[in-house]
Amino acid sequence: MSTQTETAAKVQSAEPLFSKKNRKLLVDPLDGNNPITVQVLGICSALAVTVQMKPALVMSLGVIFVASFSSLFISLLRNTIPTRIRIIVQLAVVASWVVIVDQVLKAYVYDVSKQLSVFVGLIITNCIIMGRLEAFALGNKPWPSFLDGIGNGLGYGVILIIVAFFRELLGSGSVFGVKILGADSLTGLPYQGNGLMMLPAGACIVIGLLIWAQRARNGYAEEH
Amino acid sequence: MELISLGIRSIFIDNMIFAYFLGMCSYLAVSKKVPTALGLGMAVIFVLTTTVPLNWLIVNYLLKPGALAWISPAFAEVDLSFLSFIVFIAVIASFVQLTEMAVEKFAPALYNALGIFLPLIAVNCSILGAALFMQGRPYSFAEATVYGFSSGIGWMIAIVALAAIREKLRYSNVPKPLKGLGITFILVGLMSLGFLSFMGITL
Repeated sequence: MSTQTETAAKVQSAEPLFSKKNRKLLVDPLDGNNPITVQVLGICSALAVTVQMKPALVMSLGVIFVASFSSLFISLLRNTIPTRIRIIVQLAVVASWVVIVDQVLKAYVYDVSKQLSVFVGLIITNCIIMGRLEAFALGNKPWPSFLDGIGNGLGYGVILIIVAFFRELLGSGSVFGVKILGADSLTGLPYQGNGLMMLPAGACIVIGLLIWAQRARNGYAEEH
Repeated sequence: MELISLGIRSIFIDNMIFAYFLGMCSYLAVSKKVPTALGLGMAVIFVLTTTVPLNWLIVNYLLKPGALAWISPAFAEVDLSFLSFIVFIAVIASFVQLTEMAVEKFAPALYNALGIFLPLIAVNCSILGAALFMQGRPYSFAEATVYGFSSGIGWMIAIVALAAIREKLRYSNVPKPLKGLGITFILVGLMSLGFLSFMGITL
């Protein structure tokens, strides 16, 4: 095992830290290979935590953290994990990182942690993390896996922020809790929030339209 | 009587899919055909009905602050609730493994149809989500069992309904970039709006 890591480290140092291939790992998930809109992973929390910008941002940071470090550790352990029990091992590693995130959130941003409620715990079952561990970290070296984790976390975060932006702006007329849409200049009535955007259904429709826009731009289409 | 109203609430009002959007990944991916959707729905019901009560026992006799008092009064101060994520997921993963073996033995056709999604029930958010909701609410053992079972029923109704709509949708003329995932999302949004009407029911 130690010789393997040594050779791995040597190959690693021969390659520049941000070679073209590694940069691609980081940037690809932002658009062309986005975890939510293209790979269809990690939808649950994307819909549930996007009523306002702040929880969406905190959630994205949590996912980026968990995704990158779980990928790193699974990649380090990839030669020692027996294939038959790999799911349990992966879940154990992910769950430990999620416990850390949960405890930190409870300690420092208690109100956001209350707002996110079960969804912090549900990072464990966020398919993005498991999916990337299965598809990438189990077969690649630690550093690219780490970057892949960050990239996919970012790709997830971008969609979360976009959806939360529209939902908060249209739903309550504000961004990050700051009022943007003020009173109607003609009638002087305060901004009437669009109730649909506050409902979970609004998130579904916003993501659906977002996927439509992205695919219209990329020219990608499904069979059915 | 209270159990029945809890059941109805978990099926229709607090529906796992339409109110909390839990278990969306497999919900979107396995909802192309009704029979497969039905099979996965059954598997989810089974796993939910068994894991929620099991996790309830673990929470109330091991993890809750003071839960260890039944061993000896010396442990009355111990609070292990920070372990709940890891314990829940371990219970769920082992139960899913069990279900997988049972399905493989007794329904090989279903096993082949479900493919990768059977092991993925372990990471179906609705299972862990139900366990976490159960931990946050003051349920009794019977209530926890009913809650798990009816959440599963609600999930199955949702996935079968979506699969049925998508089967019909195949013959409609959807704009090309909206086909597949995009239109499915919008559909789920509209279905969720429909399910909101159940909120008016007073139980």
